[in-house]
Amino acid sequence: MENNFDKQIKALARMLSAFFGLLLVLAGGLFYLKEHPNAFEKNSVPKALPVTQTEEDYDKVENGIHIATGFVDDDHMELVIQNCTNCHSAKLVTQNRMSEAGWKATITWMQETQNLWDLGVNEEKIIAYLAKNYAPNQKGRRQNLSDIEWYELKK
Amino acid sequence: MASALGAPVVFGHRLPKDYLPLALQDQDPFSLFSKDKEMVVLNDRPWNMEAKAHLLNDRITPNTYMFIRNNGRIPEAVDANTWRLTIDGESAVSPKSYSLHDLKTKFKHHTYQLTLECGGNGRSEFNPPAKGNQWTVGAVSCANWTGVRLSDVLKDVGVKTDAVYIGYHAADTHLSGDPKKEPISRGVPLAKAMQQETLLAFKMNGADIPLAHGYPLRLVCGGWPASTSGKWLNRISIRNQVHDGAKMGGSSYRVPCETVAPGSKVEEKDMCIIESMPVKSLITYPKSGALLKKGKSLTINGHAWAGELAVSKMSYSIDFGSTWQSCQLEDPANRLAWQHFRATIAFPKKGYYEIWAQATDSNGVGQPMVLPGWNPKGYLNNACHRIAVKVV
Repeated sequence: MENNFDKQIKALARMLSAFFGLLLVLAGGLFYLKEHPNAFEKNSVPKALPVTQTEEDYDKVENGIHIATGFVDDDHMELVIQNCTNCHSAKLVTQNRMSEAGWKATITWMQETQNLWDLGVNEEKIIAYLAKNYAPNQKGRRQNLSDIEWYELKK
Repeated sequence: MASALGAPVVFGHRLPKDYLPLALQDQDPFSLFSKDKEMVVLNDRPWNMEAKAHLLNDRITPNTYMFIRNNGRIPEAVDANTWRLTIDGESAVSPKSYSLHDLKTKFKHHTYQLTLECGGNGRSEFNPPAKGNQWTVGAVSCANWTGVRLSDVLKDVGVKTDAVYIGYHAADTHLSGDPKKEPISRGVPLAKAMQQETLLAFKMNGADIPLAHGYPLRLVCGGWPASTSGKWLNRISIRNQVHDGAKMGGSSYRVPCETVAPGSKVEEKDMCIIESMPVKSLITYPKSGALLKKGKSLTINGHAWAGELAVSKMSYSIDFGSTWQSCQLEDPANRLAWQHFRATIAFPKKGYYEIWAQATDSNGVGQPMVLPGWNPKGYLNNACHRIAVKVV
């Protein structure tokens, strides 16, 4: 019995040291990445310098838009960020317009085919946010040309 | 920051104040993919980017103005030296595998200028709106593609008499990170696969294919939805049934077999796979918004294409479709290449004008002036292109 207790203590100690070892490796990795921010990049793919951003910037809202993601700042936006931007960009959400039924069908489709998890009690809140802020507007069969930038044509 | 990552950041308090974890870092897609700054990013995960009409003025589309449509993540660490293409499937006599060197040395090379248009180009105009990337007009390109004929390779493998379709598989990975899921695996009927212009391409505009466009090997099926032109190609299955890979079923790249009223719910069994793209055209000069002095004439130009068919007539209107005038229309560089048009316009008086362009294909079918038939995913919008001009 005592022997068994000893064994358990030793096993726990091993697990703890492995855990702290892992933390050290992670910390070391983060430090290395700080010094070498392009460590993961391939030579064949030129990339621009990363845009640095502070936590303050991350929460910034201008004219009702959450700057970091482009989402409309409204109730349950955080839930939407947490659940809807893991696989794809916020841009895939914000460029679309759907009714409540449409957003619900889209979520179901993602759950059935794209590995989206069960949203549980949050589903209703997420759909409410989307249906309110990204609802369809009537465009008719052809819209007027808009956003025309007038310029003098010189030839 | 933790909420953005969806997980607490271990040792987060030790991160320098202005340091952003790699997962959240923005990349500049214009330098990343060598694209012009005027290109429009619709989506950055996955990458989707389109041109504007006036950027597509080149007769042969250079990479810098070529739209990007990705369904998954671009493969990393592509090594052309070890890349292999496997041909298999129920209707392959026996599976066979080729290195890029094999493909380049065993088979004759061919170059064709091929029109690739996203099936969803123009989706943004549909009403009720359709789900997906909201393409406007710029998800089309016509570059020179060089490679070997898919038909030559299929013949080398041996095609059984029961073959009806080919399906592609590729090295891109699913957005969810699930290694068992393919982001997209589409294909074409055997007849399209055997066309002389259907290529296994390793060059675009005379150089290696850019990574975002399928390096080192791409299937190119001109005139069909560009999603049939699989990028980062590593396997083709010769099928004895219609290929059933990712995005072959449901509402993906399919439209109602019979036309429906806008907003209708359509059963899966009533949806048909899109094959040839419809007739369409773009005015690529001048850019919309030109202010013109009264008395000056204006020469417009652009391109027209018609999927599997040729364009036989090109017209323009400056009075909102009331009257139409002919444009000069060139023959295509080869079958499935877009055709260039031009016209010189004299405006009768000052005012706001729209120039509308309408192409007609070799079957006499023209572009509609309003939106064509609504479909759940907003494909095949070939309504006539319009630019605004003011005579002052």
